[in-house]
Amino acid sequence: MSRRYDSRTTIFSPEGRLYQVEYAMEAIGHAGTCLGILANDGVLLAAERRNTNKLLDEVAYSEKIYKLHDDMVCSVAGITSDANVLTNELRLIAQRYLLQYQEPIPCEQLVSTLCDLKQAYTQFGGKRPFGVSLLYMGWDKHYGFQLYQSDPSGNYGGWKATCIGNNSANAVSMLKQEYKEGETTLQQALQLAVKVLSKTLDMTKLTSEKVEIATMTRDNGITKIKVLDSSVVDELIKQHEAEEAKAEADKKKEKS
Amino acid sequence: MECLIGIQGKDFVLVAADQVSARSIVSMKQDNDKMFKLNDNLLMLVSGEPGDTVQFAEYIGKNIQLYKMRNGYELSPSAAANFTRKNLADYLRSQTPYMVNLLMAGYDKDEGPSLYFMDYLASLNKLPFAAHGYGSFFTMSIMDRHYHEDITLDQARELLTKCVNEIRQRFIVNMPAFKLRCINKDGIQDLPDIIATAPTS
Repeated sequence: MSRRYDSRTTIFSPEGRLYQVEYAMEAIGHAGTCLGILANDGVLLAAERRNTNKLLDEVAYSEKIYKLHDDMVCSVAGITSDANVLTNELRLIAQRYLLQYQEPIPCEQLVSTLCDLKQAYTQFGGKRPFGVSLLYMGWDKHYGFQLYQSDPSGNYGGWKATCIGNNSANAVSMLKQEYKEGETTLQQALQLAVKVLSKTLDMTKLTSEKVEIATMTRDNGITKIKVLDSSVVDELIKQHEAEEAKAEADKKKEKS
Repeated sequence: MECLIGIQGKDFVLVAADQVSARSIVSMKQDNDKMFKLNDNLLMLVSGEPGDTVQFAEYIGKNIQLYKMRNGYELSPSAAANFTRKNLADYLRSQTPYMVNLLMAGYDKDEGPSLYFMDYLASLNKLPFAAHGYGSFFTMSIMDRHYHEDITLDQARELLTKCVNEIRQRFIVNMPAFKLRCINKDGIQDLPDIIATAPTS
């Protein structure tokens, strides 16, 4: 039955659904996890690294985190080749705006312009939609630090903390519990990111090889974007493990 | 034959424009407003090919309004000036170039007051004082002599009056009255016209 309605993107099913778009969302549910947290003094993105084969030549230092322009960075979850097309488009949009106004593009405009393109692929021409969700962190003069998420349907929204990809529903509910609104510093956000990732990624031990973290801060009116060194990530993981061990010990003490 | 003048102070921009509308050797009108309000705190003064001036100023003005409606915030004066420059530069290289010279005066709550000078070749400059047209030959030297960074609104108005009087005395074309407007943190204010006084001699 459903065959008749999921071969072309432009066709609604009798229940009023667009199967191709839903399948694309499904594909992202299996992709590597990406997580973003907004803090008072900055934003961060953390992404799970899936390709950790030791034979792989490390051409690019960063696998899933892309700089879009001076004040914006994104990370992707989904089909990597689709994501490359979209990041390329994002960079073009940002440079077009810069050319026209000689001023960096405000965050939401970049996100919404890309989402217009994503939306078009769910409506026109029998093409398939992009199998990519993105997380964007950015700064602009209108609203300061911001975090956005967009999905294959072309929907987007601003978030204080969110997660896309594998096991993202669990991560989001953890973030909901642990995130302290308006009183999170970037350091605390980093701790929280490591904590959430270590509990939601299906691996026994989190290592710096498996995760990459990027932060954005402002210094003297200039946006600073940093992809954290593996030594710094290791340090964060070590701190997290020490804290976990301590919590465990306290629990045992209470019991006895 | 037209003249636009602007002076930027610490917390304001004062602009003046002649009000003559002329065809060939005939003066058709003496109360023509050459200033276009683009935003609550952005004003564009245009001179050049009649028709082109109004068409281009309205086109830019409507686009700036559209930006505000789409995004919920206004374009900053510098972004608006660069947007205007890009448009004029693109038209210059098309089959239908606009022949307009313009001044843009704006106030931004973060960046303060600013005055931009642009000619029909779409060269853009941010300046403390500027003038377009034949009038600039007579007025630039006066502003060079008397302008200083801390100029007050009254001093700027006096300086513009000097400029207008010099034009009346030395320029062959009759431009008796200049429209005067001030842009500051409160927006755009109309000020009384500057009427040139007869040369003393």
